[in-house]
Amino acid sequence: MPPADTADATRTIDRNAIAIGAATGTYAISFGALAIAAGLTPAQTVALSLLVFTGASQFAFIGVLAGGGGPLAALVPAVVLAVRNSLYGLSLVPVLRGPLGRRLLESHLVIDESTAMARSQRSKALAHHAFVATGVSILVLWNAGTIAGVAFGSAIGDPRALGLDAMFPAAFLALLAPQLSRPGARTVALGGGLLAIACVPFTPAGVPVVVACAAVVPVLIRSRR
Amino acid sequence: MTWAAVLALAAASYALKALGPVAIGRREIPPRFREPLDLLPIPMLTAIALTGTVASGQHLRMDARLPGLAVAAILVWRRAPFLAVIVAAAATTALIRAF
Repeated sequence: MPPADTADATRTIDRNAIAIGAATGTYAISFGALAIAAGLTPAQTVALSLLVFTGASQFAFIGVLAGGGGPLAALVPAVVLAVRNSLYGLSLVPVLRGPLGRRLLESHLVIDESTAMARSQRSKALAHHAFVATGVSILVLWNAGTIAGVAFGSAIGDPRALGLDAMFPAAFLALLAPQLSRPGARTVALGGGLLAIACVPFTPAGVPVVVACAAVVPVLIRSRR
Repeated sequence: MTWAAVLALAAASYALKALGPVAIGRREIPPRFREPLDLLPIPMLTAIALTGTVASGQHLRMDARLPGLAVAAILVWRRAPFLAVIVAAAATTALIRAF
């Protein structure tokens, strides 16, 4: 639970932001190594992490290239996966209220983790702090990890051996839990979870997360009346 | 050709991210969209947590991640700190894989 004192809350946020950044950084090492193996140049690999900066899309892009697909074929699933960031961005409108220049910069940080961290705070000021701290921490460590992966490649071990693939779902579970007490939250969580699991066998990785959005359609219909 | 696709993906990715913060910006979101948009990340984050636990590509698979998540769920329920939750999940999964 967040402590009552704001300075304490800020420190906790910063510590958690660095932890999430470090975890994503280890994944970026595999991304860097895999991108080179898929035939990208080091500059293209770093450009993906710096400019695209959304892990699911980046892995989809190099996955298609590694499977023998062309750059255009790789572009389509990567863009589809990036659609979810637009929905995160829309839900963050109440939190990102600064001047235009700042919003232009902050937009680049709109990803799964920064949204989840912002959403689990109890005030808008803390939510904004959590969004920026998490976004910047991941931007720095994701790119550092990518460069390490490009440089050292397969010399670095598989993150699965360290259980890091369980760390991400655990992080999202921890960030999700405090939000479930809000009205309607459990229904859309359950609906989204079931939709996503049902889609897994029939859609490429990442698409189930986009399909899960459909769980809010009943809320949309009800609020139109 | 690859560079063109990389830069196109960067442009598309940024445009999608900026849609809310820049295109809507400081204007108010119409009231009837507020509740659905506010709830929207919840099913998406649930989907990430669930598929991250039981999906491998297009296959549903129960493996060492599941006990890791079970430990995480217990710790979340007991209100353990965030760091303890994610480290315990990774450690549980890594230990099971090691044996």
